[in-house]
Amino acid sequence: MKRMEPLKRAVAEALRELDGVLALRRAWGGVAPHLFLREEELDELALWPKYPLPRTLQLIQRAHPESRLGIVARGCEERGLIEMAKRNQIDLGRIKVIGLACTAEEAQVCPCPKPYPTILTDIVIGEKIEPVANKMVEEFLAKSSQERLAFWKRQFSKCIKCYACRTVCPQCFCPECTLEDALWVETGRIPPPFPSFHLVRAMHTVGKCVGCGECELSCPAHIPLTTLYTLIRQEVQELFGYQTGESLEAEPPLVLPMEM
Amino acid sequence: MEYRNVLTTCIYCGVGCGLYLEILDGKVVGTLPAKGHPVSEGKLCIKGWNAHAFIHHPDRLTKPLLRRDGRFLEAGWDEALDLVAERLTAIKEKYGPDAIAVLSSAKATNEENYLLQKFTRAVLGTNNIDHCARL
Repeated sequence: MKRMEPLKRAVAEALRELDGVLALRRAWGGVAPHLFLREEELDELALWPKYPLPRTLQLIQRAHPESRLGIVARGCEERGLIEMAKRNQIDLGRIKVIGLACTAEEAQVCPCPKPYPTILTDIVIGEKIEPVANKMVEEFLAKSSQERLAFWKRQFSKCIKCYACRTVCPQCFCPECTLEDALWVETGRIPPPFPSFHLVRAMHTVGKCVGCGECELSCPAHIPLTTLYTLIRQEVQELFGYQTGESLEAEPPLVLPMEM
Repeated sequence: MEYRNVLTTCIYCGVGCGLYLEILDGKVVGTLPAKGHPVSEGKLCIKGWNAHAFIHHPDRLTKPLLRRDGRFLEAGWDEALDLVAERLTAIKEKYGPDAIAVLSSAKATNEENYLLQKFTRAVLGTNNIDHCARL
């Protein structure tokens, strides 16, 4: 692996000045997030499959607000960190980002609009590859309104209301979730009411979703959620000129008071 | 400071989805689906996503409780087991073994579940044994 050795060196170097570095670790025949504290642990460093690391970083930083942490971040994770920082969910001032570029195969999985970080770090391990377009979006845009409605009706009828899309999402951090409020979402019904359940969530991702694809990757019903959220991101960009995760300075067009 | 993940199998039903329990400073604080797991392929249902929730829950029973005058009071294991043995024996003598049913748990180990069905069939003498994974 071309990326492994340089990444190990970068993490080892970062560990000398930081309390820990959040990255992926091989364990029990699988891969999971891990806070590396010592250089000796780095033999178990892993690159793939990715996990929603910004969510984990928030968890650790909340418990240890004074800590100096590093994170090995891909393009999507950098974008996620930026949107979370804008809403006071993480303190970027205490974080060092070690960039990791995705391979072409990895970027296909999501599919990724920008498979490498550029804003929060000068270090990027791996080769910067071309963005991957979401083919389903093109197919979707060719449909009529009726066909679109029928498409989502069919897709959302598969929903088992597991809340995986909400729970896995690093950008879902409201203390109280509307999707658990009986006023908005009737309880004891599967699939959940169409289209309110998924549209409530879609509305709440406006200006936040960075297209990491974790929602779709963790959906047991294989609902093409990245297609829905890619369409929303495109609209936000067209209407408000706002591209999520692309700059630290640009202000999100919609900032809900409860996030502040 | 510590954050790590421990791979385990979901305790809620017989499917056997793979999940990681997130451990922060010695406490289980969350669940992550195990990506690439041969059974669940990085997916979980709502119960799997909440598999960690009961571990440190304040309502979790950690000691035997005996009801005295309508109130549950903590008791020792010997005292609790003596009472259970005494009452089960009395019920079996008076109404027969089929007056008793046993519910086992997917949160117990395979071996513990084997032991419980053996106890139910061979000691109590009834086939009334089932488990919480029939959900």
